[in-house]
Amino acid sequence: MQKEGQVRIPSGCAIVGAIDRSGGTICGGDMVRAIAVMHDRSNGLGGGFAGYGIYPQYKDLYAFHIFYAGSSAKETCERFLEKHFDIVNLSKIPTSPHPRVTDAPLIWRYFMAPLPNKLARCQLDEREYVVRCVTRINTQMKGAHVFSSGKNMGAFKAVGYPEDVGEFYRLDEYEGYAWTAHGRYPTNTPGWWGGAHPFALLDYSVVHNGEISSYDANRRFIEMYGYKCTLQTDTEVITYIIDYLVRRRGLTLEEAANVMAAPFWTTIAQQEPERRERLTFLRQAFGSLLLTGPFSILVGFTGGLMALNDRLKLRSMVIGEAGSRVYISSEESAIRAVWPDLDRVWAPRGGEAAIFTVKEGA
Amino acid sequence: MSLMNTFPSRFEVVRDMDKCIACGRCVVECGHGVHRFVKGTKKLAADERRCVNCYRCVAACPTGALKIIPNRQAVNESSNWSAANRREIALQAESGGVLLSGMGTVKNYPLYWDKLLINAAQVTNPSIDPLREPMETRTYLGRSAAEIRRDGSGRLISDLPPHLTLETPILFAAMSYGAISYPCHEALARAATELGTFYNTGEGGLHPDLYRYGAHTIVQVASGRFGVHRRYLEAGAAVEIKIGQGAKPGIGGHLAGAKNVGDISRTRMIPEGTDAISPAPHHDIYSIEDLRQLVYSLKEATRYEKPVLVKIAAVHNVAAIASGIARSGADIIVIDGLRGGTGAAPTQTRDNVGIPIELALAAVDARLREEGIRNHVGLVASGTIRNSADIVKAIALGADAVAIGTAALIAMGCHMCHSCHTGNCSWGICTQRPELVRRLDPDEAKAHLVNLVTAWTREIKELMGGMGINSIEALRGNRLMLRGVGLTDAELRILGVRHAGE
Repeated sequence: MQKEGQVRIPSGCAIVGAIDRSGGTICGGDMVRAIAVMHDRSNGLGGGFAGYGIYPQYKDLYAFHIFYAGSSAKETCERFLEKHFDIVNLSKIPTSPHPRVTDAPLIWRYFMAPLPNKLARCQLDEREYVVRCVTRINTQMKGAHVFSSGKNMGAFKAVGYPEDVGEFYRLDEYEGYAWTAHGRYPTNTPGWWGGAHPFALLDYSVVHNGEISSYDANRRFIEMYGYKCTLQTDTEVITYIIDYLVRRRGLTLEEAANVMAAPFWTTIAQQEPERRERLTFLRQAFGSLLLTGPFSILVGFTGGLMALNDRLKLRSMVIGEAGSRVYISSEESAIRAVWPDLDRVWAPRGGEAAIFTVKEGA
Repeated sequence: MSLMNTFPSRFEVVRDMDKCIACGRCVVECGHGVHRFVKGTKKLAADERRCVNCYRCVAACPTGALKIIPNRQAVNESSNWSAANRREIALQAESGGVLLSGMGTVKNYPLYWDKLLINAAQVTNPSIDPLREPMETRTYLGRSAAEIRRDGSGRLISDLPPHLTLETPILFAAMSYGAISYPCHEALARAATELGTFYNTGEGGLHPDLYRYGAHTIVQVASGRFGVHRRYLEAGAAVEIKIGQGAKPGIGGHLAGAKNVGDISRTRMIPEGTDAISPAPHHDIYSIEDLRQLVYSLKEATRYEKPVLVKIAAVHNVAAIASGIARSGADIIVIDGLRGGTGAAPTQTRDNVGIPIELALAAVDARLREEGIRNHVGLVASGTIRNSADIVKAIALGADAVAIGTAALIAMGCHMCHSCHTGNCSWGICTQRPELVRRLDPDEAKAHLVNLVTAWTREIKELMGGMGINSIEALRGNRLMLRGVGLTDAELRILGVRHAGE
């Protein structure tokens, strides 16, 4: 059977996100309890989490989480890392044996900074340098896969039900100001850990429920800009689109949302002139990055979360607010499981980006 | 004895004498002079050698007495020497001339459209019902790569270069006034206006009465520069430089002197009755850097307010050529495939030069993406777009839009007798004989064009909805929505699609 990346595998899913806008911490264990409620939306073939603010002691270093198929892949990859980064700390990611999470690869974590002279020589912006290193490992080093590469954040994922994956990674030992979680329902059994979600690049992480019908149009466009869609998943291409639009082209997240879930032309025509002109420009300039078909996504980034539905709202997604806390979920039940008393529960409209950020200075 | 007189005609004219009332309608209707009264009698006779099976007499006969059938006369032919080969040899042995043909090639080259299958959504994502949900076919044609710039208050500055806005991704292909009749041009202009798309003047200039449809007109500048002047360039919504045409790559246009009469010669700005022969190359374009100069000359002339298209024939190294054009400042590239139509072309060129549009389109789209410049140009494909499924497949392969010529002619009444070059079209389409031109009602022709494009647009929306796609840009270049059947590995690789079942 072909593994993830050699074949495109559609999947349904469950997603949950949480953020404390005052900068207070949320325990990873809460996310495990929330996503466990939506057990039936996953089928045991993938689960994962991303936490923000979880590595305060290393907050200025890039935290790489890497899967290795074996020790030779690890040696090759570490030689590469040593040539490109100053590795401040490295260790196995702590895990607990779990009866339903099996066939684990070697899972390692590195806190690093790009080697200054190397960085200066290649004349790249620091983040671009890191992206290129990640791309190089993921496309050229057999058996090595970087699945998290941001600062003060980290993704944790595996083949299994998400609640089992959370226990496996001992997430109740992590605390962060924002989290996303994902349970996967793929339509066949690739059984590869790299294929689970979230998909993360630098500090962007995406969890996604849906199947975008525009996939190959999006992929072929974004690959013009040096990205390689090695996993053939929606989540991967959406992450690259966000990286391209926000980091490389300088759009705001809201503008990026207006590209990915652009309003219909008839809606654009009804807007006041300034907004109409902006939306028209974005659709014309980035038409090939429009996502069609059902999706609900949560985008994690340093300092916040964005929730976005496709423009027809073909996937469920609700938001619950309680004081400084915001919870976003495929189903309200998952939110109520960890936070029964909510001030407000609402569903964003199709194509309407809901962006929540931690207060400045918090 | 004339060789052609010793060669059997292609068709037989079968007249049912029980039904025929000898009204002589067929004599009047036939543009090719097949039917006549036997001198001094009320008896009708037919010169079958002149018959091209245009169906006009059959359609017009008030009693249904006529039928045109393939000649039953046995012709000696073999697997290697067809009757057509023999007829052409006889014709040339007699005339010493170059064989001419009208419309697209009749040879049996692979039609990749029919070997590509379209996907549909099932279970994992929903199909979308175009009757109940919005389904967008609006297409912006032109350069879409833009710098992100903001003003002092952080607002995005929209500074995309000029482009064409199409309500449906279907253009009318370039067909000149002269090759086709005035009412045809009028019908195309009015239909394009009503549909929110564009027609194309071809290289015959623009009749003064049609300037009012300029907002939906692409004005062409071809190697002969016929009819090109300042007002002409300003009248159109865009300017097209025609380098080549799928039916006759490598050679210029030819309008016989007999068709170059009256308003046609005035519009082309050449003496009446002269052959309008446009040179094979543009004599100011001997290389790609020369093309750039012409592109910018036209942009200067139109104050950078109009996009410039460059139309080329699909030839062997079309991908590299298109890449060069994309870097020449052109906003849109039109690629016309091997099977594209023409008013007149040397038969051997029409039937043997160029490559199929499907392969050319796939190669160009892939090449422009490899070079990271696909969004620097719009891409239009033409040359045998026969139905809405062909359009969906073309867009999934990578086109922004398609252009239709032959299909538009058929909608206006063409019966594909492949005799456009004779100027005797009985249907009033490809002729300038006033008594024939009169037959084409521009109101009716316009209505048929509007109906056809409207119907195809509906079908495109159905097919898109079936795939779960509700906007045409999400289909563009979306090759995963296609699978090949019965194709070789090389064909699949070039088309960039997987085989059905994969």
